[in-house]
Amino acid sequence: MLRNAWLIPLLPALSFVAILLFGKRLPRKGAELGVGAVGASFVLACAAAWQWIDKVEGATGKAEGLAAFGKGMLGGEGGEHAEAVVAPVTRAFTWWQNGNVEFKVGIAIDGLAVMMMFVVTLVSFLIHIYSTSYMEGDRRFTHFYALLSLFTASMLLLVVADNTVELLVGWELVGLCSFVLIGHWWEEKPNADAAVKAFLTTRVGDVGLMIGIVVLFFAAGTFDIQAINGQALEGEVGHTLLLVASACLLAGIIGKSGQFPLHTWLPDAMAGPTPVSALIHAATMVVAGVYLGARLFPVFFEGFSIDGGTINVMALVGGVTIIIGAVLAFVQRDIKKVLAYSTISQLGYMVMGLGVGAWVAAVFHLFTHAFFKALLFLGAGSVSHSGSHHSFDMKNDMGGLRKFMPITFWTFLIGSLALAGIFPFAGFWSKDEILATAGENEFTFFVVVGLIGALMTAAYMTRCVYLTFFGEYRGHGEPHESPRAITVPLVVLAGFSVVAGFLNASAFDVEKFKEWVEPTVAFPLLEHPEFELAGALLALTVALLGILIGYAYWFRNLGPHGITERNRAARVGYTFLENKYYLDALYENVIVGSIKGAIARASYWVNQRVIDGAVNGVAAGAAQVGRFAYDVVDQQGVDGAVNGIAVSAGETGGLLRYVQSGRVQRYALMLFAAVALLSLALFIFN
Amino acid sequence: MLLNQFLILSAFLFCTGVYGVLARRNGVLVLMSVELMLNAVNINLVAFSAYGRDVAGQVFALFIITIAAAEVGVGLAIVLLIFRNMNSPDLDRIDQLKG
Repeated sequence: MLRNAWLIPLLPALSFVAILLFGKRLPRKGAELGVGAVGASFVLACAAAWQWIDKVEGATGKAEGLAAFGKGMLGGEGGEHAEAVVAPVTRAFTWWQNGNVEFKVGIAIDGLAVMMMFVVTLVSFLIHIYSTSYMEGDRRFTHFYALLSLFTASMLLLVVADNTVELLVGWELVGLCSFVLIGHWWEEKPNADAAVKAFLTTRVGDVGLMIGIVVLFFAAGTFDIQAINGQALEGEVGHTLLLVASACLLAGIIGKSGQFPLHTWLPDAMAGPTPVSALIHAATMVVAGVYLGARLFPVFFEGFSIDGGTINVMALVGGVTIIIGAVLAFVQRDIKKVLAYSTISQLGYMVMGLGVGAWVAAVFHLFTHAFFKALLFLGAGSVSHSGSHHSFDMKNDMGGLRKFMPITFWTFLIGSLALAGIFPFAGFWSKDEILATAGENEFTFFVVVGLIGALMTAAYMTRCVYLTFFGEYRGHGEPHESPRAITVPLVVLAGFSVVAGFLNASAFDVEKFKEWVEPTVAFPLLEHPEFELAGALLALTVALLGILIGYAYWFRNLGPHGITERNRAARVGYTFLENKYYLDALYENVIVGSIKGAIARASYWVNQRVIDGAVNGVAAGAAQVGRFAYDVVDQQGVDGAVNGIAVSAGETGGLLRYVQSGRVQRYALMLFAAVALLSLALFIFN
Repeated sequence: MLLNQFLILSAFLFCTGVYGVLARRNGVLVLMSVELMLNAVNINLVAFSAYGRDVAGQVFALFIITIAAAEVGVGLAIVLLIFRNMNSPDLDRIDQLKG
């Protein structure tokens, strides 16, 4: 199955085409094709994961056996924990050739790819099922399913890609699909605007990615990811080049994964249907950036000198994003926007994790986050679907829903606890590991940032849960539990949110995730900290403290309520947050506005003066030439010649008509005169 | 034998014929003038034949006489038709082909 992993992205791609062609004629409007194809992909991904694990376990067993053997022979030499080398399964063929450069299409399947395939297909499969109910009766239901399939296929293509060009293709396709799906209800202007914003903002980063890929190609001479990683590690590429390349690639990550300062598109992307939000935030679009960081980690590792323990750009971007996203989550009324900012913040953890050398932890956080964030989004969708009449406003249309929607409530609660990082839910293990590794690598600053982020995460999720499920129902209508197509995915995801963390529960000495996922070829040697009870307890305490603060403030109504009305400074701060740090205003009015105005004016001037001038000049010239041709050539030359010939013929005829008198004797006279003249001439000249 | 008396006679006759053809208005007289010119040529031919002792000239003269007879036949028929149509043999009035 590992060698045939190309089937996994191919199936949803085929289903995309099939739904477009036949979807509308099928009884379920094409949903069955999408669900079937992604379900089949999920089964294949499970098979691939199984085989990969089998392979790794087999190799590890052998290595341990050898190590034990060697220890026996050489007396105590050899490592405690033998590291087995398991090369990725690759398969490629040449796409096209340009001079000596071969562009290939292929797959490179290793633990990371297998893990991503599993997550993407699982989440996408559940979302496909969920959407059958959630999107029922939508005006573009078939279209929605077609694009959902394409979205999944693009992400899977990006995951299995063995070279950077193929990765870029998948990357752009993901961006395209998210653009179309965010603007699914494009009839309303804000939705179309949000789609364009998402597309253009990520595009800013994509330019960086493209330049980065080109730089890497010229630095390493190949597009092959494994080769690039290998060369970067072995120092065959200059450090400056690597720094430039990783800075460019980081721009791509910032754009795609919603990092500060390009995070502004992510909350707006909530304009799309909720399943799309779940897909974008959990499994596809935004994790593409983190995946890129994980995939080309050696480049960043060398480029940013991550092992040095100094503050680097990548960790800094992640750290800033954690705080910025978390703070904004407090002032949102829209439940989906709370989750969107929380995604930004959690992605900050992942990028920061990569930046501090916590590769396994960052990827593990991606893994666990996918489950509980998908769960939270689908839960929010369920609430709006059945509880608040398609509104996402927590303050006006929700509240007290736990009595009406028990399944949604309990699953949402599990998701929130996992997100907040409470033992024993998934988020606890992954977040703790990021912080532990950051501490191990002496990035104390980022440990503090991470802890503050954890505190805020716990607090805003408490607020979110309180506003949605507790208190009095504030909406108008009859809330009820959602149908099974919606609740079953919630329960499945809740199950994963509980157990996923135990794959790498360092407290119990379980490090399966690390063993299975961490590459062993072309990969730097990273620190893997031992479990420290104190650190874990600290993180847990901080999270519980956050919940406690949230509980006291919202449930018990303690603390400075109404401070924004009384205190000017607080009000100013609140307004500042409500306007999202004025970043949107900065981008739209200052940067885009000034550039747009100047460019518009310049192009208007060019248009009026240069282009119009040229066009008008050409037109006037043509008219002049035409007039000249008419007057001189046509009227005088051609017509003159024709008329002249006619006139001269007429004149000649007029002269000659005197000869044609009709009198025979005149003719005879001329005849004899001519004979006489000719005779005379003959006589003279002879 | 002197040749030039014949030639002078022939030239005189020919000139008379030419005059008749160009100046006469009656079609019949124009035809007769044409006969004069033909016969002037005949005199020339016979004279040179006798002078050069060559019989070919006389053969030509006989040919011309024959053809002149045919020509007069056709010519008189034309004049007769003109007269019938125009009620006059005047050649000046036949100018329908005037350009």
